[in-house]
Amino acid sequence: MTPLPLVAVAGSPNAGKSALFNGLTGARQKVGNYPGVTVERHSGRLTLGDGRPVEMVDLPGAYSLEPASPDEAVTRDVLLGRQKGERQPDALVIVVDASNLDNHLRFCLQLLELGLPTIVALNMVDLAKRDGLELDSKRLSDELGVPVVETVAVRRRGIGELQAALDDMLSAPFCGVHEPVKSDLIHLQRRARDIATAAVISETPVRRWTHRLDSVLLHPVVGPIILAAIMFVMFQAVFAWSETPKSWIENGVAWLGAQGSSALPPGLLRSMIVDGAIAGVGAVITFLPQILILFFFILLLEGTGYMVRAAFLMDRLMHGVGLSGRAFIPLLSSFACAVPGIMATRTIDDPKDRLTTILVAPLMTCSARLPVYTLIIAAFIPNTRLAWGIGLQGLVMFGLYVTGIFGALLAAFVIRRGVLKGSGGGFMMELPKYQWPLLKDVAIGILTRAQIFLKRAGTIILGTTIVLWALASMPQAGPDQKQSDVSIAGKIGRGIETVVRPIGFNQDISMALLPAMAAREVAVSAIATVYSIDSADNTWAKTLENRLQGRWSLATALAFLAWFVFAPQCISTIAVTRRETNGWKWPLVMVSYLFVLAYIAAGATYWTAVALGL
Amino acid sequence: MNAPFAPDVVSLDLLKVGTRARVSAVDWASLDESEACRLRHFGFDEGVTVEPLHLGPFGRDPIAIRVGRMTVAIRRRHAGAIQVQPIR
Repeated sequence: MTPLPLVAVAGSPNAGKSALFNGLTGARQKVGNYPGVTVERHSGRLTLGDGRPVEMVDLPGAYSLEPASPDEAVTRDVLLGRQKGERQPDALVIVVDASNLDNHLRFCLQLLELGLPTIVALNMVDLAKRDGLELDSKRLSDELGVPVVETVAVRRRGIGELQAALDDMLSAPFCGVHEPVKSDLIHLQRRARDIATAAVISETPVRRWTHRLDSVLLHPVVGPIILAAIMFVMFQAVFAWSETPKSWIENGVAWLGAQGSSALPPGLLRSMIVDGAIAGVGAVITFLPQILILFFFILLLEGTGYMVRAAFLMDRLMHGVGLSGRAFIPLLSSFACAVPGIMATRTIDDPKDRLTTILVAPLMTCSARLPVYTLIIAAFIPNTRLAWGIGLQGLVMFGLYVTGIFGALLAAFVIRRGVLKGSGGGFMMELPKYQWPLLKDVAIGILTRAQIFLKRAGTIILGTTIVLWALASMPQAGPDQKQSDVSIAGKIGRGIETVVRPIGFNQDISMALLPAMAAREVAVSAIATVYSIDSADNTWAKTLENRLQGRWSLATALAFLAWFVFAPQCISTIAVTRRETNGWKWPLVMVSYLFVLAYIAAGATYWTAVALGL
Repeated sequence: MNAPFAPDVVSLDLLKVGTRARVSAVDWASLDESEACRLRHFGFDEGVTVEPLHLGPFGRDPIAIRVGRMTVAIRRRHAGAIQVQPIR
């Protein structure tokens, strides 16, 4: 079977490429990865008027065919037919921003030199008009020598016309591709400017909306306050809105577990499916609502153009420790979960900046640490009030978050002067015009994220949970033995204990550390399980705190908290780091430096507490 | 030194917010290849009109600059490599 004709959508960043791509292909898109690089490949299908299907691919935004980032290198390689895993496109749709023609036409002219059948989408004509700029698309078409279609992709205007033009173009026969004539950038830029000037019908100077908004949102005092307020609302929403859907998922998982228990005969198979697969994967997918809410905000902030402004406001502070403003959003996302946070580092151009951000992302206190923190604090920190509205418990919780943040800044500072020395890529970003994104585009983005997350839960997380279950339940205990004594996990636990005894950890904690690798909050249920084996009554929910108080010293509890601030107790994070860095080197660096930090922090806490007589 | 330079040439990082100026020279050699490439992509070039619009809240860094019809943010250090002549 001959492959479908491939049409690539290309254009400069902020030209509205993705919205146009969504408009042409609808929600039926596939997100993959170009082999060997962490650049996402978005593809979809379009049916022409005569019923012929066409494959569309949305290329990463680029300013020219001379790449300044890995994304741009992929765009160049695809267009020249050099990209592994992609055939050369048969035709192009070039998207240009109508109000930024003098810049975008440069890349457009460079692409036209390829000699592929091309249509130019003159996008965001509405915003241009809002800014008092009227353009002659007919004239532009004459100058460029290809069809030009006016579009407003976020409002889905002009999509039909664009599709009709594609129809015409793909029906006509065409000849092969030229290697690009290497016109120099300066020359192209001058021609672009001339054509842009020629295409202007009228330009009335008006006060630009974007500039007006920016003088508030980028104001040196008001700007950071608004940013803080937005972040506050976002975090509130991540926790508050997710409660209900989270409980639905938890109930669903519990129901599924109960069904499994009653349908299957007792034994290894039932244990593997119910205790291993359902409980393990279930624990992780309860975070799906939080992750999707977080992505809703991120996509909304990105779509409106505010995200770049947040990076602008934060750049100087981030620069102080060797990161760029672009690291702000990924690190912020990591407060919900490091996995989407690490995935969001893809927007950072500079490889060293990006790698540093990935390495410190797990230090942001993710939501999976909360159950652990809550349990230990409730058990060991007295609920005394220090001042008006400030309780000791809340203060400790806050302290744990702050320790994580300072740990991350310090780690970034050291990493940038050690393994990843050298100047960063700096901070050079276009500040696009503000606009309200189509909610459908946001929805498509969220759906895509949900798919990626669930696919991961179904593969990597399912796999590791089953391995952990196997370690914890084999070999099977005899009638007089405790499962935790005979299992491989139990033996490993005792091995771990010899290492962690100096920092005040007892055998219970050592046993919990291994299953907690699957997900941090598993530590809570693991400790609960260890204690429910030794105890006759099984009403552990309320008494777990009491039991902890009886068996752990305060010094041990504090050391345990310090450990959880730093320890890389999360297989998913390690797996996503491996995927995003294309190898085991960086995940290993991350895991080892975090374990060393955790060990030092827990040890220092324990010995200080013991010395103080706690 | 009585150089033949116009007396009012300043580097872009010293230009006041809201002052329009023409780029008179860019010290490409002081920039990394990818930084220089990115600045060219943004349209920085001799003869282009620029205008600083906003300053970052901390250390007045980075700087948001209008170049042609586009607004871009660059760090103070990079703006220092661009010499401009204010338009009166």
